[in-house]
Amino acid sequence: MSEILRVEGLSKTFKLTRKQQQIERTSRKKIVAVDDLSFTANRGEIFGLLGPNGAGKTTTLRMLATLIAPDKGNAFIDGCSIVSQPEQVRAKIGFLTSELKLEDFFTPNYLFDFFSQLYGIAPDVIAQRKAKLFERFGIDRFAEVKVANLSTGMKQKVSLVISLVHDPEFVIFDEPTNGLDVLTARTVTDYLQELREQGKTIILSTHIFSLVEKLCDRVGVIIDGRMTACGPLEEVCNGLSLEDRFFEMYKEVKGGEE
Amino acid sequence: MKNNAWTIIKKEFARVFGDRQLLFTSVIMPGLLIYIIYSLLGSGMQKMATEGTDEMVIVRVENLPESVAPMVENLPSVVVLQQAVLQEDIDKLESKNLNEVLARFPEAFDSIVATYDPQSGVAAPNIEIYYNSANNASSRVYQMLKGSLTAYEEQLSNRFDINRADVEEAQFDMASDDDVLGSILSKLIPMLILMMLFSGVMAIAPSSIAGEKERGTIATLLVTPLRRNELALGKVVSLSGIALMSGISSFIGIALSLPKMIQADAAGIELHYTTSDYLVILITIMAAVLIMASVVSLLSALAKDVKNAGTMIMPFMLVVVFCGLTPMFQSGTPESLTAYLIPFYNAVQVMTSVFAHEMKWMPVIVTLAANVCYTGIAVWGLTRMFNSEKVMFSK
Repeated sequence: MSEILRVEGLSKTFKLTRKQQQIERTSRKKIVAVDDLSFTANRGEIFGLLGPNGAGKTTTLRMLATLIAPDKGNAFIDGCSIVSQPEQVRAKIGFLTSELKLEDFFTPNYLFDFFSQLYGIAPDVIAQRKAKLFERFGIDRFAEVKVANLSTGMKQKVSLVISLVHDPEFVIFDEPTNGLDVLTARTVTDYLQELREQGKTIILSTHIFSLVEKLCDRVGVIIDGRMTACGPLEEVCNGLSLEDRFFEMYKEVKGGEE
Repeated sequence: MKNNAWTIIKKEFARVFGDRQLLFTSVIMPGLLIYIIYSLLGSGMQKMATEGTDEMVIVRVENLPESVAPMVENLPSVVVLQQAVLQEDIDKLESKNLNEVLARFPEAFDSIVATYDPQSGVAAPNIEIYYNSANNASSRVYQMLKGSLTAYEEQLSNRFDINRADVEEAQFDMASDDDVLGSILSKLIPMLILMMLFSGVMAIAPSSIAGEKERGTIATLLVTPLRRNELALGKVVSLSGIALMSGISSFIGIALSLPKMIQADAAGIELHYTTSDYLVILITIMAAVLIMASVVSLLSALAKDVKNAGTMIMPFMLVVVFCGLTPMFQSGTPESLTAYLIPFYNAVQVMTSVFAHEMKWMPVIVTLAANVCYTGIAVWGLTRMFNSEKVMFSK
């Protein structure tokens, strides 16, 4: 199995505004979101980043997607540095999170073409891929309906399809099933497994144990911005269920503080 | 992937042209509105100028002197009644519906005037004329009566004349109709154009940049391989293009309604501008709109949301309006070329010089070069904004 992602000592600190300090009841001016994080992911696997809210999962994924820059460290996706080659990295990855919205005014059909053009895809390939993906997700019937008039589930499906217009080798997925109804969530998890069968690499973040157990080949547990455990699912679980093992680790990390 | 900027431009145009309401409010409405308002204003003013000229007015005169009688009786559309002016007649004039003027001359007016010595210290004989200024007809006859009497008084003591009108073919004001119109236009039009362009930019730029940030759609663009400078360039060029269309629509509105406004067709005045005059104006406008769009884009990128963008842009708008007003405070355009390095001010000065038929090429070239440079700087700044996670993702 060849390595496609290598994360080396990634760190990110955010400044707290005075208002945030009041909300968090702290006098700290800075908050360390991600602290010296290192891990690798292999080609053709689903890698899960598991952690509670605020552990630094989203920040890590946003750094990998080059939306924000790390303070320290680097990461290489298929040999390209997220620090020095952001455009090449973005051409290789598909990034999906509920934060990325589509313009209400346009139709799925228009948006698919628009984003495909930004990736420099040939017109015949665009048409072919669009037909396939729209059919797979049942978007074809809504292809000419403005995004504003689509149901929440359909919007999510269109967002997913748009993030895959360039058939990326490497897919980053932040909280893939958050806010989705059971049917759409099932469609998404099924498709992730389909992507793995096609040899794609997927890195996802979640706080749902069952999702990791169902999908992931390897898992990294993040607590307070640090990688607490990382490896194949069975190895990390060490004979326990993932949930029990997680709380064990959580106590170990937080034990001294409480 | 240099054509990514082009992809962005096409999308921005598709956004405006695909939305009939947005197209109407940002491109068609400004011109239409100006045309309608100016035309109404023009015809309103014309109506005011002609109203009440054909209504009959009763002029009651007490002690009408012989010397004045012919000129009172020759006033158009009046009936002269010689009778005592009573207090009740004066009270009735308070109703503005009464087309009347009352005049009371002192008894033996002619002989008093003939013997009156201004040096004596005695008050001059006084003529009382009662009228109602709220009634157009009454007011008109009062003005004519007062005019005739003033002329009669001047004639009594005539020692010299200035610019006597009965000299044949007399022309004392040597300005041509072109110059007069040119100087009016050169003071008014540049500001109007700047305002129109600004409202065009304001109609779309904040929602296209601050709005995309607010709605989270810009992040979707930022995860594609699209370079930030391509995005900045695409946004500025497309927003400028749409603002320019809005500006041109306003310009057409002004051009069509201006003759009505200044009643040029009545006065037989025509506009004399050459094709190159119009071309210089068009290019100057294009360069100005580029800076306008890029600065508004820059401020919109810094703003948290569309509302915040509006607040941040307000001071900038005041500066632009001030630049538009400068021709009213100065005579002619500045000689020094460095003055043409000031954005907006330079465009206004170039337009002023064209309208006043005083255009020189060097200021035009300096203006264009400076404005293209400033746009470049602003696009570079916008690129940095798109690159900055603090600007793009802070809420």
